[in-house]
Amino acid sequence: MPCARQLSTTRTPRLLLERTQWGFMEDFLRTFFDQTVNGLVIGNIYALTAVGLAIIFGVGNLINFAHGSVYMVGAYVGWVCVTRLGLPLPAAFGVVIVVCGLLGMLIERMGLRSLQNSARIAPLLATIGISFVLDQLIQLTFTRAPQSFPSPLPNTRFPIGGVSIGVIDLLIAATGIGSAAVLYLFLRYTKLGWALRATAQDRDAAQQMGVNVNAVNQTAFAVASILGGIAGMLVGIYFSTVYPTMSFQAGLKGFAANLLGGLGNVPGAVLGGLLLGLIESYGVSLFGATYRNLFAYAILILVLLLRPQGLFSRQRQAPPEPLTGTFVPNSKPIPVPPWAIATAAGAALLLPLFVANPYVLQVLTNAWLFSMIALSITLATGTAGQTSLGHAGFVAIGAYASALLTQRLGLPFTVALPAAAILTALLGTLLVLPAFRLRAHYVAIATLGIGEIVNQMILNWDWLTNGVMGISNLPPPSFFGREAVRIQDVYWYALALLGIAALLQWRLVHSPLGRTWRALRDDDIAAQSYGINLNRYKTLVFASSTLIAGMTGAFTGHMYSYINHESFTNTISILGLTMVILGGMGNLIGAVVGAVALISLPEFFRVLVDYRYLVYGLTLLLLIRFRPQGLLGTV
Amino acid sequence: MAPLLELNALSRNFGGVLAVDHVSFELHAGETVSLIGPNGAGKTTLFNLITGLDQPSSGTILLDGRVLTGLRVDQFVERGIARTFQHGRVFGNMSVLENVLIGAHSRRQAAQRGLPFIELVRELLLALWPSPAVAAEEARLRQQALEILSLFGERLLPRLQQPAYSLSYANRRRLEMARALASQPRILLLDEPTAGMNPTETAEVLAFIRTLQARNLTILLIEHKLSLVMELSDRVIVMDNGQKIAEGKPHDVRNDPNVVEAYLGHPAPHPNGPRFSADTQFQSKGTTTNR
Repeated sequence: MPCARQLSTTRTPRLLLERTQWGFMEDFLRTFFDQTVNGLVIGNIYALTAVGLAIIFGVGNLINFAHGSVYMVGAYVGWVCVTRLGLPLPAAFGVVIVVCGLLGMLIERMGLRSLQNSARIAPLLATIGISFVLDQLIQLTFTRAPQSFPSPLPNTRFPIGGVSIGVIDLLIAATGIGSAAVLYLFLRYTKLGWALRATAQDRDAAQQMGVNVNAVNQTAFAVASILGGIAGMLVGIYFSTVYPTMSFQAGLKGFAANLLGGLGNVPGAVLGGLLLGLIESYGVSLFGATYRNLFAYAILILVLLLRPQGLFSRQRQAPPEPLTGTFVPNSKPIPVPPWAIATAAGAALLLPLFVANPYVLQVLTNAWLFSMIALSITLATGTAGQTSLGHAGFVAIGAYASALLTQRLGLPFTVALPAAAILTALLGTLLVLPAFRLRAHYVAIATLGIGEIVNQMILNWDWLTNGVMGISNLPPPSFFGREAVRIQDVYWYALALLGIAALLQWRLVHSPLGRTWRALRDDDIAAQSYGINLNRYKTLVFASSTLIAGMTGAFTGHMYSYINHESFTNTISILGLTMVILGGMGNLIGAVVGAVALISLPEFFRVLVDYRYLVYGLTLLLLIRFRPQGLLGTV
Repeated sequence: MAPLLELNALSRNFGGVLAVDHVSFELHAGETVSLIGPNGAGKTTLFNLITGLDQPSSGTILLDGRVLTGLRVDQFVERGIARTFQHGRVFGNMSVLENVLIGAHSRRQAAQRGLPFIELVRELLLALWPSPAVAAEEARLRQQALEILSLFGERLLPRLQQPAYSLSYANRRRLEMARALASQPRILLLDEPTAGMNPTETAEVLAFIRTLQARNLTILLIEHKLSLVMELSDRVIVMDNGQKIAEGKPHDVRNDPNVVEAYLGHPAPHPNGPRFSADTQFQSKGTTTNR
């Protein structure tokens, strides 16, 4: 997902201009006060989002990745009501509540209830699929462009000690505090609230006691989604704009706030949200607006590593294993005969001799490169069970490493590519290293955060990466002086790289080392007890996996001759994971089949191109529901 | 004779609850010792401490006079301690043969420690291009795995390439024992190896443990089927509420008033009266079955 636009412009510069009229101390205090109000207002939004995520995590043990999309839908529904239908604000609120409540119930039905007996990570992946679908539906209906949301509120501002607070600030604060209070009373004093808390603590026991667990879950999703939708609408009014990509950042920040307060802890989520808002607000005034998103990711990673139970939880450990299990359904791989592989490889090799259409060749080249990304992801996620949602970050490191090595040091591509791959392996492993103590879902969240942090670094380290401008005029890929000028050459180079990567990975996976990785995936407790040093084998798998990712990034950058911080976004990570699931976890041939299918099918059925992400989201949803072992099965 | 394994005042405190309370005992080479006691007595927690999966709050564990406490879990296996799990933890998506080979993991050349970083590169390269020595080692380990699996007769051998998730419950327990043996342990810890097994299967396990005893393996056994305990053990240790309440020859322990109280909740009414409830497994001497 392309990085969301900056959420707010800080009010500091205007104040700094007036510095002459104010003493330094007063100036500082005023800025401080202003940033505090700013932070608390945004913090209330984060709190609303985080509370929803906390409720859902509480009852369903599920990190709901679709929550950001619900928030975005809420913003759009509010916008349609106010600007297109001309409804008064309270009526718009009512519509948002109804629509988002129903949406929440739908998500529970599709993402949770039907997957109760699947692998533990299945619901999480399903919510990712749902978020793809929702984001794409909104984009198709209202275009990608931001829509202006003129405030339906009076423009009055109330002066308080030299600064002023607007009506929207008050509305947001009132909604935040009000919903927290109502929620508290609901959970504490109503029968349904008790049922909800009982279900959160022990689903089976609650069911035995006659609680209709499905109804409770549905209620929880509805309540959570209503809060999310309201938050989205308020943000739309606050920043006078709504846009489809606001969903991803919102979901992630809500999650960071939730984690800060302790996963599933509702009062903790409120405090976490306010705290995150304040940290961001102060941080932005200290470091600049481009750093805004970094704080949430930094908090995400730091809390996961230092205090996974959150700031306000007395528990001494992370919740005890509600989140066991990687996405490894029990299945036998479907054998693919060697002659079939040889035939397919031969056909791929000879294809450019018979097909001259550059469009076809470009699409297939993309498919080969995505196959490598899928191979890289399937090694970590499928073979060793370390679910990664942040592989795009490693691809980006490879691309930048190779770009800088060729441009700044003047190295030839033949040397720069392996050097970039090795650099990515070193850097990538170092980045993931602190997350080695995490298990299951937490690994997925940490890698997601790491991927985002890489992009934030690229954006902010101007001296190294040229910041927003990116790096252009990269020389085309060339090996031993043979430049890939024609598309055929690029095609063959990409195919050759894929061949090398696949062969190396094949040898690794079928070696005793691969066996050790799979033991670590299937049961890490038993694996340790049989002498497997988890850290050593996690290091080895991430080094091998990021090596391939880095190689892919290096080639891709030179192929396009231009890269910037938006070249390798989170979408690539998720798409790669979808390919891996489609092909079968840890299945090398499956990874290539999945990549070729997902890249080329939408392109070759032209009708589908516009609906591409819709197709990806639906593919993910259907696979998880009906064929979790993928086309070719788990290896 | 110096003990092989020595526990000194081992304790484990879970937020105020002493799950294991100053337990000390010794295990001599070639002995079979059983650990019995009511549910919740702390037997499995003690197993977790001895195998390094959990760290004691106080006390030490010594193997051959060397301190084990403080090592990482995976280092316990290298020192020669292997276990099975109470509920069975096989690697579901891996074949029977592969599961056993994992047991031999810490003996593999490529898995040995070396210089930091270099050891990792070495293991990667040996996986990509195995040296003749490494290839020969792998072949040898496979041969050994087959020999171990043949101890179970025709139970597992015909299923070598089947994934472990497809095995029956009893076969998974067997596979776990085979995997533990593959590490060539000095001490084998078996956590309720016959749980959920029918009489015939229990008898098979008994015969299997007899084979291990004949090979002079040191065994620490948690077991609820007391007939099995009586038949196999050189010594029995009884735990209750985290404490060791009795230790001695099977016959002596069975008459210990503390033990009777721990099981029945009140002292034995009469020394010659029924020692345990009617269906007690203590009464049936020499049989291998439960009832």
